[in-house]
Amino acid sequence: MLRLKNINTYYGKVHALKNVSLHLSEGEIVTLIGANGAGKTTILNTISGVTPATAGEILFNKQPVTACAPDQIVKLGISQVPEGRQVFKPLSVEDNLELGAYLRYRNRESRAAIHQDVQKVYQLFPRLEERRKQLAGTMSGGEQQMLAIGRALMANPRLLLLDEPSMGLAPLVVQEIFRVLEQLRRENGTTILLVEQNAKAALKLADRGYVLETGKVILEGPAAELMENAEVKRAYLGKDKKEIWER
Amino acid sequence: MQFDQLLQYSLSGLSTGAIYALIGIGFSIIYNATGIINFAQGEFVMLGGMFTLLFLETFKLPLWAAIPCAIAASTVAGMLFERLAIRPLRQPTPINLVIITIGGSILIRGLSMLAWGKDTHAIPPFSGDDPISIAGATILPQHLWILAITILIVFVNRFYFYHTISGKAMRACSYNRRAAGLVGIDVRRMVLFSFIISSAMGAVAGIIVAPLTMTAYDVGVMLGLKGFCAAIIGGMSSGMATVVGGLLLGVLESLGAGLISSGYKDAIAFIILLLILFIRPQGLFGKAESERV
Ligand SMILES: Nc1ncnc2c1ncn2[C@@H]1O[C@H](COP(=O)(O)OP(=O)(O)OP(=O)(O)O)[C@@H](O)[C@H]1O
Ligand SMILES: [Mg+2]
Repeated sequence: MLRLKNINTYYGKVHALKNVSLHLSEGEIVTLIGANGAGKTTILNTISGVTPATAGEILFNKQPVTACAPDQIVKLGISQVPEGRQVFKPLSVEDNLELGAYLRYRNRESRAAIHQDVQKVYQLFPRLEERRKQLAGTMSGGEQQMLAIGRALMANPRLLLLDEPSMGLAPLVVQEIFRVLEQLRRENGTTILLVEQNAKAALKLADRGYVLETGKVILEGPAAELMENAEVKRAYLGKDKKEIWER
Repeated sequence: MQFDQLLQYSLSGLSTGAIYALIGIGFSIIYNATGIINFAQGEFVMLGGMFTLLFLETFKLPLWAAIPCAIAASTVAGMLFERLAIRPLRQPTPINLVIITIGGSILIRGLSMLAWGKDTHAIPPFSGDDPISIAGATILPQHLWILAITILIVFVNRFYFYHTISGKAMRACSYNRRAAGLVGIDVRRMVLFSFIISSAMGAVAGIIVAPLTMTAYDVGVMLGLKGFCAAIIGGMSSGMATVVGGLLLGVLESLGAGLISSGYKDAIAFIILLLILFIRPQGLFGKAESERV
């Protein structure tokens, strides 16, 4: 469904992505793990058209989308839940969700259909419905994360890109959010690319994973295998460090 | 000092203040959508008046037809300005934008001078000029027109920003550009929109004030500055705070001119501008960043 071929992205002179290749099949959950500054966010932003690649090719459903602007990418069915949630803080929860469907309004889609999808988001995250009139900026981190996901879903994406949704959240909230991702894949067949530093939780949820280090993919494989990989254990599954050392 | 005199100054101050408010909201809308202080804003105010004159005298249209034509023409000028001067900028750094908007304003003023000469021109009032007396003070029907049209525009503006998807999208751009792009809002389109709305509002301000103050190729300079001052008092809000800022400035100016000396009229705006910038740069009612619209 999505394929990156030898993608290179620069910030000025900083070479952030070096020949990155990866792919996702329809209905897969794939995770991308790596330390701070590895280039995870850059990959998502390159896919979304925010920081376009200088070399390489991105195919979505076999069509080249390498040079597409962010709004074209959304129109094609790829939505991003950005790092740090980035909700529109002075707007209400409901307005945030409505704006997620901005392109559907512009395409004159019926208000009833859009409203129905707002209700679907409320079913996924009942807490958002309780707070629909509240300003997004006054909600807790977990609620803002739910809103950011809900906003992305309002565009009816086929592929959802999530950038560290678990960041700074309590384990219970992370569980709730990951449960919803699972549900989205099961019920809507949504394909998911999940960037995480919480490698353990991400590998548990995902089918496959990629490990990124200083802009390069250094490892890839089924999630279960990565979880057993000594290198991954050492670098990303912090808690297992002691186990390895003791052996 | 008598009550009716105070009332007189306040009433006329309110109506010029309403004009400043409209111009100030124009500044704020562009600033919020783009981060640009559009120093050419005053020129669209001038264009409103001058285009009205053009349609009235050259094309011999009646006033009711000349006004919408003039608003449309000024709005097209605003669109062209964004397309030709702002959008092509390779490196839209703040200093480049300041230079380009100041350059644009000089260009527009120069072209207007070539087209219409240096004379000041009168535009007829919308409904006669028989004074109306209110509790000992007298005002002209045009003052009422100004107040009524300003109130209408402020409400339409509010409706647009709070109850339409396009208005909400524009607010979203001002709060978080990156996220706005990621939900599919074409930020550049919103920038164009902000120039369209601002130039239309500026033109309306220029048209409704012209019957009172006359119009000429260079009225945009002072009116632009007063509008900017209103926006600064209002903390660059495109809502009520700037309206209050404009009214406050209008009334203070009128009282200052009436009670002290009319020579101080323009100085008052400068003094307020400097005071606010030094003491409360977030505006008189500002809670710092966040809610600006
Ligand atoms: N706007 C920018 N300008 C210059 N360099 C940047 C910019 N954004 C990121 N970089 C650099 O690109 C590299 C990759 O950054 P990126 O944000 O993609 O990492 P990340 O894996 O998402 O990290 P984190 O886990 O901290 O979010 C880093 O070395 C970073 O310093
Ligand atoms: Mg990141």
